[in-house]
Amino acid sequence: MDKEQVPQDDENLLEGKFAVVKYALDKNGKYVKVQSVGWEPENVALKQAWEVINEKVEAARKKVLSGEVSALAYWIEKNQMDEKMVGDYMGFSKWKVKEHLHPKTFSSLPEDVLKKYAEVFKVTIDEFIKVP
Amino acid sequence: MIIPNYQHNQSAHCENGTVSNLLNFHKLELSEPMVFGIGSGLFFTYLPFVKLNGMPGTSYRIMPGNIFSNMTKRLNIKIKSEKFSDKKKAMDELDRTLDKGLPVGLLTSVFYLTYLPKAYRFHFNAHNIVVFGKENGNYLVSDPVMDNPTEISYDDLVRARFAKGTMAPKGRMYYPVEVPVPTEKEMQTAIVKGIRNTTSDMLNIPFPIAGVKAIRFLSKRVRHWQDKLGEKQAGLYLGNQIRMQEEIGTGGAGFRFIYAAFLQEAADILRQDLLNEASADMTIAGDRWRDFAFNAGKICKGRATDDITYPMLADILLDCADKEEKVFRKLQKISA
Repeated sequence: MDKEQVPQDDENLLEGKFAVVKYALDKNGKYVKVQSVGWEPENVALKQAWEVINEKVEAARKKVLSGEVSALAYWIEKNQMDEKMVGDYMGFSKWKVKEHLHPKTFSSLPEDVLKKYAEVFKVTIDEFIKVP
Repeated sequence: MIIPNYQHNQSAHCENGTVSNLLNFHKLELSEPMVFGIGSGLFFTYLPFVKLNGMPGTSYRIMPGNIFSNMTKRLNIKIKSEKFSDKKKAMDELDRTLDKGLPVGLLTSVFYLTYLPKAYRFHFNAHNIVVFGKENGNYLVSDPVMDNPTEISYDDLVRARFAKGTMAPKGRMYYPVEVPVPTEKEMQTAIVKGIRNTTSDMLNIPFPIAGVKAIRFLSKRVRHWQDKLGEKQAGLYLGNQIRMQEEIGTGGAGFRFIYAAFLQEAADILRQDLLNEASADMTIAGDRWRDFAFNAGKICKGRATDDITYPMLADILLDCADKEEKVFRKLQKISA
């Protein structure tokens, strides 16, 4: 790849915060670092990955609203986690996390457990117990 | 407090960049490509039976942490490295080390690094950064992938250092304590060791999941992805492959351009012209990987044509394998 070929396909995925470094050849055939704000195939692949995540989050949100699962399900998907990881943060097994996905069990969780969950997801208790 | 004389340099890749910046502070100036090359960072592996986020495991570099350990071993650099089970102890030790005037390398989770753009914040626990100061309760961060230093709060840094999941960082921190300046002969020896290690990784591992054989294995699989997985899943697999090859950190073409840059630098130090030839060949291989990503991107975007098909992508990969084999067969001839 030559310096001039380093792509600058900007889809604001970097939010204007910085540009990444790529390695390319200058006109003397020597490698130099060149900044790039993006390349279309990368941007496509990254957006595709986010589509998958957003679909899962939206599916979870709908299930919460229809009363099938507790709000916990939404926050797990929103944070790209699974029951095992959440269990590790909470200090109990994934099976216990799965129990808390039942709306009835969830509604009788004590305040300190809710507080701990909210802490894991970096939200307030009020935000945690519902979905946006 | 800010450690004076700490210089932030931007790199493509976090492990290379952190090592380079820390060594630079300790008066040993090594570029990112040199760190990568001596550290034998270049690799290829395809593990269809190891699923990460539902995708086959694939990597264009060796295990995280190994570039650093190879480098320090080959240049006789002594490191202090610690992990912690207690968050407060980990942060206190960080503060104590900063107070001694030493910048510190940390293992962190990308997900919790609030200064990164949201689109790139996934659960990846092997991200290396350097902390070089603390002001008003915030830590000054030299994240090698960024162009300028940035800041992170105490609480967010704790989260990043103690994230759970695969390869959890466990509060790991590290910094050089003894950095000898290598003689030219020592540099040459380290470079040759680095090249021999990578050459062996790419040519001699007797399983099709590693090295050049793995590129051919991936090609076989890609050829049938659409038939076997259906359009949607095959598209996701392709997207994953593109990301592993090109997302922040590889410098383009799955680290191949960084490696070609290393071979150019090595050619000057070893004064062996075959290294310049190998560098040029590696650039050609890298460009072919870029062709793969470019065409794969078209399929992902739903812009496949009669010419851009999975079998066509599989053929490009076979070409990549051939081109890489050429590079490493040439490098086998390097003299000590």
